[in-house]
Amino acid sequence: MSSQPLQASNMEELLEGIWKQNPVFVMALGMCPALAVTVSAFNALGMGLATTFVLICSCTLISMLRRFIPREVRIATYIVIIATFVTLVDYIIQAVSLALYEALGAFIQLIVVNCIILGRVESHAAKNPPLSAMVNALGMGIGFTIGLLALGGVREIFGAGQLFGISLFGQNFQPWVVMVLPPGGFFVLGLWLLFFAWLAKRKEARHGA
Amino acid sequence: MSMQLRASPHLHSGRDVPTIMRHVVYALLPICAFSVWQYGLSSLALIVTVTLSCLAAERISNKLSGTVNTLSDWSATITGVLLALTLPPAFPLWMGAVAGFAAVWLGKSLFGGLGHNPFNPALVGRAFVQAAFPTAITTWAPAFTAHRFTEFIPSSLTLPLMQPNDISSWVASNMVDGFTGATPLARWKFEHFVYPVQDMITGAASASTGETSALLLMVCGLYLIARKFMDWRIPVAVVGSALILALAFRVFGGDEYPPAHLVLLSGGLMLGALFMATDMATSPVSPRAVWAYGAIIGTVTIMIRYFGGLTEGVMYAILFGNALAPLLDKYLQPNVFGARKK
Repeated sequence: MSSQPLQASNMEELLEGIWKQNPVFVMALGMCPALAVTVSAFNALGMGLATTFVLICSCTLISMLRRFIPREVRIATYIVIIATFVTLVDYIIQAVSLALYEALGAFIQLIVVNCIILGRVESHAAKNPPLSAMVNALGMGIGFTIGLLALGGVREIFGAGQLFGISLFGQNFQPWVVMVLPPGGFFVLGLWLLFFAWLAKRKEARHGA
Repeated sequence: MSMQLRASPHLHSGRDVPTIMRHVVYALLPICAFSVWQYGLSSLALIVTVTLSCLAAERISNKLSGTVNTLSDWSATITGVLLALTLPPAFPLWMGAVAGFAAVWLGKSLFGGLGHNPFNPALVGRAFVQAAFPTAITTWAPAFTAHRFTEFIPSSLTLPLMQPNDISSWVASNMVDGFTGATPLARWKFEHFVYPVQDMITGAASASTGETSALLLMVCGLYLIARKFMDWRIPVAVVGSALILALAFRVFGGDEYPPAHLVLLSGGLMLGALFMATDMATSPVSPRAVWAYGAIIGTVTIMIRYFGGLTEGVMYAILFGNALAPLLDKYLQPNVFGARKK
């Protein structure tokens, strides 16, 4: 089982999560934090990094333990491991930036149930050696962070006229209140999904022609 | 001898979508003219800007989706004019353009164009800017100011993406006595002030560009009904249910509730009932469903106005009705001729 007949190169595996299988735009996973915490680019970045950390740590550890975990109780075991790292992240963020901790709220703890993590663990880490699992998790984490940043950036630019807290249009900017409300999250996510679907379609058309 | 085989129907009235839409535009023109007479340049510029942005949005989405040019079916024009009529006259023009693009793209193009849209595009546009710019959309300007044909209301010409220019000094310089900047519905809700009927018919009350004269709206609506371009049941059901509820609340609830004429003449009830709720793509078809649809819109309007935080509820009531329209059509189907009920 350990000797894979087809060993994808590590670089390819990394790019898989960032672009081809981007968790937000292609697989549409982890929508709950993607919609809820992306009112600003800073929150999005914080959430993305926290999720990436949990993803890498749990995938690596589970990959190391993959032969010792009995099949019957694997999900429970995974969750315990993931929850351990989430608790770690929870305390770290609280210590580093209380403002970010308060902005993200319950969504830090909810990383436990983020389907990207359990999905990666079940479909990749549980079947692959630690290095491969780690690279894959890193790719997915970066992809997720990029996805959140794409949402958070657009919503912050329109909703507050700034990016990472830096004002872009001066004092007189009229904020689009809707963008920081939940409907704005859905609009922006929908438009990004539309954009990626269009890219995919265009690529398909080119390959067909 | 050549024979043609065709499926029914064999008789065509000659009416098509562009014809109907064009007549709706004709019916809206007097309302536009009246609002320009009231508010001058600002109103004219707003109507033109919003309509042009709707047409531009329609053209761009035509290009992107690779479909035929649908500008000639007049539907984007109607969306633009209707949308402009629901916006306040002092609304910054750039926000009007945002509303126009939101209306056509979010309200129509994304669903697949005319006929596929579940919600009235003009109202989707208005709902978008109401959520995006809640202050600007409730800033009202006085009508019939002295220099209205030579100067804009200052907030109209705000630079794009910037906050609307302050109009308080403009209002003061025009010396409009007793201008409070509140609509009849808001003045009732917060002060229990009953607006004079005369003001609500002649357009002196502050309101959106196209909702100031209930009388003119009714005349224009009657033209469309007389030419059978709209289903008369919808406005009758909307206004009728609102009237019945308003009377019931006034009779049984007492002075706490507004008088019935205030409910009918103020705000967008007439505009909504006659021109928005009757949108063919978003309203039900069968008569019983149409009655239910109108009654739901009228009832929800009254509920929002009386018990909600907003002063005006026609827009959300119609969007709510639009959402229910397919369901109503499904459950209130007429019996097929000759079929027996089980």
